[in-house]
Amino acid sequence: MKITKDVVEYVAHLGRLELEPDEVELYTTQLGRILDYVDALNKLDTEGIEPTSHAVPFDSVMREDEVRDSIGIDGSLRNAPERKETFFKVPPIIEVEE
Amino acid sequence: MERILDMTIQEVRGLLREKEISSVELTGFYLERIKKHDGSLLAYLRVTEEEALEMARNADLRMGQGEDGPLLGIPFGIKDIFCTKGIETTCASRILEGFIPPYDATVIKKLKNCSFVHLGRLNMDEFAMGSSTENSAFQTTKNPWDLSRIPGGSSGGSASAVAGGLCAAALGTDTGGSIRQPAGLCGAVGMKPTYGRVSRYGLIAFASSLDQIGPLTRNVSDCAVVMNAIAGYDPMDSTSIPQPVPDYTEFLGRDIKGMKIGIPREYFIEGMDEDVKKAVKESLAVFEHQGASLVDISLPHTEYAVATYYVICTAEASSNLARYDGVKYGLRVDGKDIIDMYKKTRLKGFGKEVKRRIILGTYVLSSGYYDAYYRKAGKVRTLMRRDFDEAFKVCDIIATAVSPTTAFKAGEKVDDPLTMYLSDIFTIPVNLAGLPALSVPCGFDGNGLPIGLQIIGRPLDEGRIMQAAYVIEKERAVKKIPDTLRS
Repeated sequence: MKITKDVVEYVAHLGRLELEPDEVELYTTQLGRILDYVDALNKLDTEGIEPTSHAVPFDSVMREDEVRDSIGIDGSLRNAPERKETFFKVPPIIEVEE
Repeated sequence: MERILDMTIQEVRGLLREKEISSVELTGFYLERIKKHDGSLLAYLRVTEEEALEMARNADLRMGQGEDGPLLGIPFGIKDIFCTKGIETTCASRILEGFIPPYDATVIKKLKNCSFVHLGRLNMDEFAMGSSTENSAFQTTKNPWDLSRIPGGSSGGSASAVAGGLCAAALGTDTGGSIRQPAGLCGAVGMKPTYGRVSRYGLIAFASSLDQIGPLTRNVSDCAVVMNAIAGYDPMDSTSIPQPVPDYTEFLGRDIKGMKIGIPREYFIEGMDEDVKKAVKESLAVFEHQGASLVDISLPHTEYAVATYYVICTAEASSNLARYDGVKYGLRVDGKDIIDMYKKTRLKGFGKEVKRRIILGTYVLSSGYYDAYYRKAGKVRTLMRRDFDEAFKVCDIIATAVSPTTAFKAGEKVDDPLTMYLSDIFTIPVNLAGLPALSVPCGFDGNGLPIGLQIIGRPLDEGRIMQAAYVIEKERAVKKIPDTLRS
């Protein structure tokens, strides 16, 4: 598929990125080139090959459900740009009509 | 004190043990060197002088009480990607500026248990994405052998600091070559262990199925000593391998008679420097002379490695970097609603390469393209693993160049991402297959720039890799530390 500015803007939205106009131009050209290069993978017949997601196979690791020390509420909130009491504070997510 | 630069950590430990020097003096020596030379190398993002001296005093106290240990009182530089309690950790990104981790990464905890000394935080490409440190939001590190050239990346600060003598050893991370390539370009020893050998708990994630932590050191002996300290199972990392860790120092000095060394025919490519080829071939002759035999092997899917890698690593990165949303830590830029706040925060907080990779990764994972790109790359990854499985039926280790060229000039490739990506062609396949590999200095080119030999092994065969690397180090006797940084 041809990479257009619309595609880059749409994907940037999915990735929650705002882009400057010159960045949209730049990424449109560069992504087109990179994806052309990646398309070389289609030369390979991979019918019936299982994909590898991790180089070393491992099973789900379980542990006993025991209470252990953790960094706690203050440790968790210490780096927050904004907090209120014991919560992270964010802009309104759901508009409430008065 | 300058003689310390030519000693192994084990030898320096001897001086500390005999009370010929103290850890405070040793730490002071490196702090002085940082003051003198880091203005030109720019390897450190932040020097933690106070913490360093406190840790050194503590180490001296312990030694006074008769304690001993392989890294007791030894000063390290730390790539700025490992969460370290109470010490700002930024990943060389504006989005994490001011982030003070509330806990230690397992590798940091392990070094603290050895009573190491934390000299400071080393520069890197932002979120470890890059091959030159030019993607750092703060500064571009210089190559100690030629200040107009890059040190490689992403662990470029680590390689420059080690090769320039601004720390005894450093920690780095390697996702597609980020330890081995800068080690090779700066003339340091750099090891990427088997995936799962070193716990990634507390490592700021880039591509979780590829990332691995390892040491950068001035010699193979130090590599073994640091590996002894950081390797091993960790219940906090579900990909950690529950296998005992051998004493890697025991492999050093063993002969390599009868060892079979695979030479992949796909690894002498067009566009490769003649000097690099020559140094690699001379190193292979050393192996033969020491009783090993060379075996012609093929890794037929090598040409697809870079394409496979850039699909997988960007997909994983786009997912991992979703956490930088201006809520929990780091930068927040206000917006008209929460989505706008996310977007503006990420616009201001991320650099160009990071955004490029998030966009590419989001694209290859998006509905309609997942099978064509992400799933396809996963299948090719299987073929590449099989290439190595086949090769290791006829050889014990594989030897190649680390990079096709020596260090390039700053600015030369930064605007051409694809060319930059291709400079990692020899290191990337190793991460896709999860194998251990090491870069050891094996010569210089006509401009006096270091050349690295890459040695790749079977899973968990780090010891044999170091055994072979030690032979190269002894026989090639490559100079460490440029004369300009001697004083």
